[in-house]
Amino acid sequence: MIEKTGVPSLEQVKQEFPDKVVLKKPKAIIECYKEIPCNPCHTSCPFDAIFIPEDINVRPKIDFDKCTGCGICVYNCPGLAIMVTQIKEGKILMKIPYEFTPLPKVDQTVNVVNRAGEKISEGIVRKVQLSEKQNKTALIHIELDEKYAYEAITIEVLHGS
Amino acid sequence: MRRVEVAIIGSGPAGLAAAKPLLDAGAKVLMIDRSDMLGGQLTKQTHMFFGSEKQHASKRGIDILKLMVDEIQYHENLTVLTETTVVGLYQDRVISCVKHDEYFKIQADYILVASGASEKSLPFENNDLPGVYAAGAVQTLMNVYGVKPGERVLMIGSGNIGLIVSYQLMQAGVEVPMLLEAADTIGGYLVHASKIRRLGVDIRTNMSVKRAIGKASVEAAEIWRLDKHWQGIPGTEEIVPCDTICLSVGLAPLTELLQQAGADIKYVRELGGNVPIINKKYQTSLENVYTCGDVAGIEEASSAMISGEIAGLEIARSAGYKIDNIDQHISRLHDDLTNLRNGPHGEKIRIGLEKVGVK
Repeated sequence: MIEKTGVPSLEQVKQEFPDKVVLKKPKAIIECYKEIPCNPCHTSCPFDAIFIPEDINVRPKIDFDKCTGCGICVYNCPGLAIMVTQIKEGKILMKIPYEFTPLPKVDQTVNVVNRAGEKISEGIVRKVQLSEKQNKTALIHIELDEKYAYEAITIEVLHGS
Repeated sequence: MRRVEVAIIGSGPAGLAAAKPLLDAGAKVLMIDRSDMLGGQLTKQTHMFFGSEKQHASKRGIDILKLMVDEIQYHENLTVLTETTVVGLYQDRVISCVKHDEYFKIQADYILVASGASEKSLPFENNDLPGVYAAGAVQTLMNVYGVKPGERVLMIGSGNIGLIVSYQLMQAGVEVPMLLEAADTIGGYLVHASKIRRLGVDIRTNMSVKRAIGKASVEAAEIWRLDKHWQGIPGTEEIVPCDTICLSVGLAPLTELLQQAGADIKYVRELGGNVPIINKKYQTSLENVYTCGDVAGIEEASSAMISGEIAGLEIARSAGYKIDNIDQHISRLHDDLTNLRNGPHGEKIRIGLEKVGVK
């Protein structure tokens, strides 16, 4: 139970996902399960795909038709509660927020974890994005097997040598 | 005795936000802080803030601090006294200060007490062992001075501070195996909890620390389950190896100066302890003495900034400065505060403010 452990149930997670057909294109998955006074996902989206009304406590609502999976909301979310996911040829390609040093390198194999912090699979880093406007929250693009679509959430923190 | 127009005690988010409208209006402001730098808790907030754009949401606290300081620091009407602790506040608006070994007094026409809050502690066996820290101290060590408090930290308390400091410890390369919460459920925002859970922090509710173990410093913690009255249950003890126990068990408003001056004070549990009775203008029961931020009740930095701005505007108005559209401006700020407090996490503060009777 998320209120006790911080881990959402599989049911909760699935509710935030669109139909798998939609995920042929990259889409933002927002896991903001409880009302908090916050709206940068809404104000940062250049495509008006995420909506939060005047009362900023209302949970964000995403329009998957408008979402392009650009990832701008991912590094603007103060709760690091958004990732971008795409399913392609039996693989998922995720863009996750990452705020640790050192950053992983392209083509590096990393350990992918689930929402309880358990290692579920290895993944390959396809791209590392960190521009000035991201303000220190990197976007890491990870590729792994499609079967982990609802489980994969982030990577194990890499430690400096 | 030195005389000033407006003395602001504390340069955290509330005090900084109050200084801006006062300086813009033309008032002469003296800002006093006990630290050697301005910013209060903002100096160590390396995480992105919540709220809306108006409260700089999505920016990091340390960057918000730079923005706020840049707006005022070269203003000709601003005087700053750092490394200065206010040790007394009297009814005639005389404040006594200590800077290094020097003691002096200042007379102010208006005083704004923006002194913030202090961290609460937790009674348990050996809680005076080196290695037992408050979360704010850990954050100062890490994020201001670049010093790791330890290598393996047991975190106590799941409010936003406990959750965020756990994350920042991991960013500093410190291991955080476990976080304990005495209540039934996680206190802070679930997004913060999920963020550390997925990085391996075992969050356990209905649990607390029984005692710290170690000779010269912490070597382990004995933890146990709590019953619904928050009493430890014998037989449920476990040993957690760690070199640091970090306490994040709540904040208490720093109202001592206002109490000393004789302001009306009320104990309101939901606001963190003793708080001054204030009106909507953030005016205390003492003439020309105002307050804002955590002193008026423990909340987030975003609300501290708004209450500071309201208090600053109200003081400027009371001092006779003309500010265009001030009524609309203040009413919009009150709407912003209401909006921030509207959700389930704002319930405590709403109940608390009701008890204070803020109208």
